[in-house]
Amino acid sequence: MLNKYSLWKYLLILTVVVTGFYYAAPNLYTPDPALQIAPSSSSVQLDAALLSKAENALDEAGINYFGEELQNSGKSALIRLASAEQQLRAQAILSRALGDFFVVALNLAPTTPEWLMSGGAEPMKLGLDLSGGVHFQLEVDVDAATERRLAMYESGVKRQLREERIRGLVTLDGTDLEMKFRSEADREAARAATADLYPELFLDRTEEGDSWNLTASVTEQTLSEVVDYAVSQNLTTLRNRVNELGVSEPLVQRRGANRIVVELPGIQDTAEAKRILGKVANLEFRLVAETNAPITERQRFEYRSADRAGIYEWLERDLIISGERVSGANAGFDQNNQPNVSISLDGEGGMLMSRATRDNIKRRMGVLFIERKYRTRYEMDENGDEKIVKIPYDEKKLLTAPVIQSALGAQFQITGLDSTAEASELALMLRAGALAAPITFVEERTVGPSLGAENIRLGVKSVQMGLTLVVIFMLLYYRVFGIAAVIGLSVNLVLLVAVMSLMGATLTLPGIAGIVLTVGMAVDANVLIFARIREELANRASPQMAIHAGFERAVATILDANITTLIVAVILYAVGTGPIKGFAVTLSVGILTSMFTAILGTRAIINLIYGGRRVDKLSIGPLPKSRQTSDDARGEPA
Amino acid sequence: MRILPFMKWRFVAAAFSVVAITVAIGSISTRSLNWGLDFTGGVSVELVYEESVNLSDLRQEVADLGYLGAVVVSFGSDRDVLVRLPEGYTNDDGQTLVQSLRAQTDQDIELAYLGFVGPQVGEELREQGGLAMLLALGLVMLYVGFRFQFKFALGAVVALAHDVLFTLGFFSLTGLEFDLTVLAALLAVVGYSLNDTIVVADRIRENFRKVRRSTPSEVLDISLSETLGRTVVTSLTTLLVLAALALFGGEMIYGFAVALLVGVAVGTYSSIYVSATTLLALGVTKEDVAIPVKEGLEQDDRLP
Repeated sequence: MLNKYSLWKYLLILTVVVTGFYYAAPNLYTPDPALQIAPSSSSVQLDAALLSKAENALDEAGINYFGEELQNSGKSALIRLASAEQQLRAQAILSRALGDFFVVALNLAPTTPEWLMSGGAEPMKLGLDLSGGVHFQLEVDVDAATERRLAMYESGVKRQLREERIRGLVTLDGTDLEMKFRSEADREAARAATADLYPELFLDRTEEGDSWNLTASVTEQTLSEVVDYAVSQNLTTLRNRVNELGVSEPLVQRRGANRIVVELPGIQDTAEAKRILGKVANLEFRLVAETNAPITERQRFEYRSADRAGIYEWLERDLIISGERVSGANAGFDQNNQPNVSISLDGEGGMLMSRATRDNIKRRMGVLFIERKYRTRYEMDENGDEKIVKIPYDEKKLLTAPVIQSALGAQFQITGLDSTAEASELALMLRAGALAAPITFVEERTVGPSLGAENIRLGVKSVQMGLTLVVIFMLLYYRVFGIAAVIGLSVNLVLLVAVMSLMGATLTLPGIAGIVLTVGMAVDANVLIFARIREELANRASPQMAIHAGFERAVATILDANITTLIVAVILYAVGTGPIKGFAVTLSVGILTSMFTAILGTRAIINLIYGGRRVDKLSIGPLPKSRQTSDDARGEPA
Repeated sequence: MRILPFMKWRFVAAAFSVVAITVAIGSISTRSLNWGLDFTGGVSVELVYEESVNLSDLRQEVADLGYLGAVVVSFGSDRDVLVRLPEGYTNDDGQTLVQSLRAQTDQDIELAYLGFVGPQVGEELREQGGLAMLLALGLVMLYVGFRFQFKFALGAVVALAHDVLFTLGFFSLTGLEFDLTVLAALLAVVGYSLNDTIVVADRIRENFRKVRRSTPSEVLDISLSETLGRTVVTSLTTLLVLAALALFGGEMIYGFAVALLVGVAVGTYSSIYVSATTLLALGVTKEDVAIPVKEGLEQDDRLP
């Protein structure tokens, strides 16, 4: 029988459509404006008492809220607000009431009901252009990373020569390490030692009078590896930092050679966000100087923590390792159930650490925390206007200076900490400090939530307008077939939203535009099919034959046309970033869902209406005049 | 069905296309494009007015103050105004602008944000984008060459280049801002143009196989006439949606919608005249699309 699908085909289509509706449904529930509270330092606890303090503050200010709850076992709290207009004010009130120990961030809390959540259905995330938030671009100071690496080479070579009792002069000249020796034997020994220690250095021998010289130069390849390493390590650290401080749906992405893009939806206050991100930090491990060390070899540093303010230690100028060698730091407990921090270093770090500590047991080792800060100065420019100048500087403070109990390797513990809170704070600082190079903000942008809301409203409105126009047109032009097409089109939209939600794709403005475009293009498949059916009818095919042949013939065309477009979309996705990627995702998904609904979905509806029975006439609108058989066409004027 | 003598007018259309593309290339190379801040970076000033402001008055005001190339748009409500100063202006210029604007009105103007916004599209991305376009073109040519025939592939690519250049030329001539969303639209135009061209090519192939004893020009006329209904309906519905976007989508989506409106319109035209004319010029014949022995089998496999 023509135009009848077997039962399993209908069931398959029905299953797909029902699943689509299920996963698209969470997008119908508008999220509540909310405030998210997170401690700014891990030593502070979030508890019910704090929550009631927050509630009191909101009560006093007359702000309506509901659904307050502690999340992630006390790592954050969420308070939902009755209206979005009060969000900023409520944030200000809470920030003041709770003080500097807590970060209060604007948030949108999903209202997905339980029966949807249990199936893993979640609403689509909104891009920054829609939800509002802050956008930062940070630049990794690759020069500093290179300098640091060169300094490490210098001190490493010096230390090695000293250990092997090779006398010589080592100086740093640009990216070259110049070494001068008194004898060829010394130089050869130094060459072997250096090649052993840093195989990546390029060594060159020259003679200059009675001085035997050795130049160790850093290759271009090594330099670019250093830069790459610095950027990717910064990326990881920034990700951790953003995550640990409880910002919802952040984006941390590398862009170009040495830039990193950070987008924090829901945060409106750039200063606040910069405080979170701007803890641009590093670590240095140095031995505490011996009391009789000459002043040129030691430096004085103050403790960082507030309860040891004013106390200082003298540290050696030479560093053992810096933060880039730290691969992890975790707070925990030792066998006596005392809080400690375990630190892991990378291979080279472990080697350097063991070399530095094995001869210095019972001495103390200081851990310095280095923060890039800005001093703000106000200057008058030539017009007499005040101008803000920000000067970056490195603030180095001592985190801790424990006694070295034994030779340390790639894994070691810091013990003797007062509390678990201190341990976790130290671990957090160590992790945060594990930065390979300082970063600076080169760009910051705030997207207001009003802009976001307005964009969504306009986007939705234009989609509605466009859809309505298309629906009216299809119904007028194709009658009953138009109804089938419109149903197919709506299902297509639902499926598109469902797939995007399932993929965890972020909806952006170009994404909405992509959806609108897909709607326009999805019509094309139906139009192709219906035009074919009309032609078949005009050529005096029976209604059933016309439907059958119309679908059959149009499918080849639809496939060809859509596959070529899909090729373009996939390439766009592969090479594009940000908005272009978002557009490519919607377009590709849209092409696939529209092929499903136009070829299978619309067909199923038409089959249900007309299939498997005698039909005299199809309600498909006006037919084209018959061209008769093809050979007659020859006679027509060309 | 009436067979419209499309190909009779092909020299007129070709002349039009050649002139249009020459003008487009000329304009792009002399006037370049009005690159948006996405591409150039610049100073962004966001103002919040007490009451709603008239944008065209404000534009005039900013122009009178001597800020060349400044873009004034509203965002969010009609009280929120975004002024973008192009490359070369500094934050201080932005401050001066705010002060001058404040001096000219008794409204209170709140400065919501002022700062340099770096280009979103770096050098490397622009190169990558160009490379991606070439790669996409290459793959599309390969696919069409494989599914149809080399002459069809060339026709499709010529039509594609025609549409992209035309749209770029339009943006260059009108001086509309070319930002990332317009770039995305341009890429969509590529997809749309291909879609259109393939649908027509499909019918041309079919008719070459079906219609006997006709000249290639007649076969093209028949094919174009048969697909005209579909071409018009699809373009119309797409244009309807795009018009809705352009009119009601707001300032931020306007460029996107306009680029697609132009692209889709010219894409429809080019699928009739550019790709078909190219096919004729390349001397397409029946033999080019003769069914190889196995092709019929393949087609049957593909159908549900």
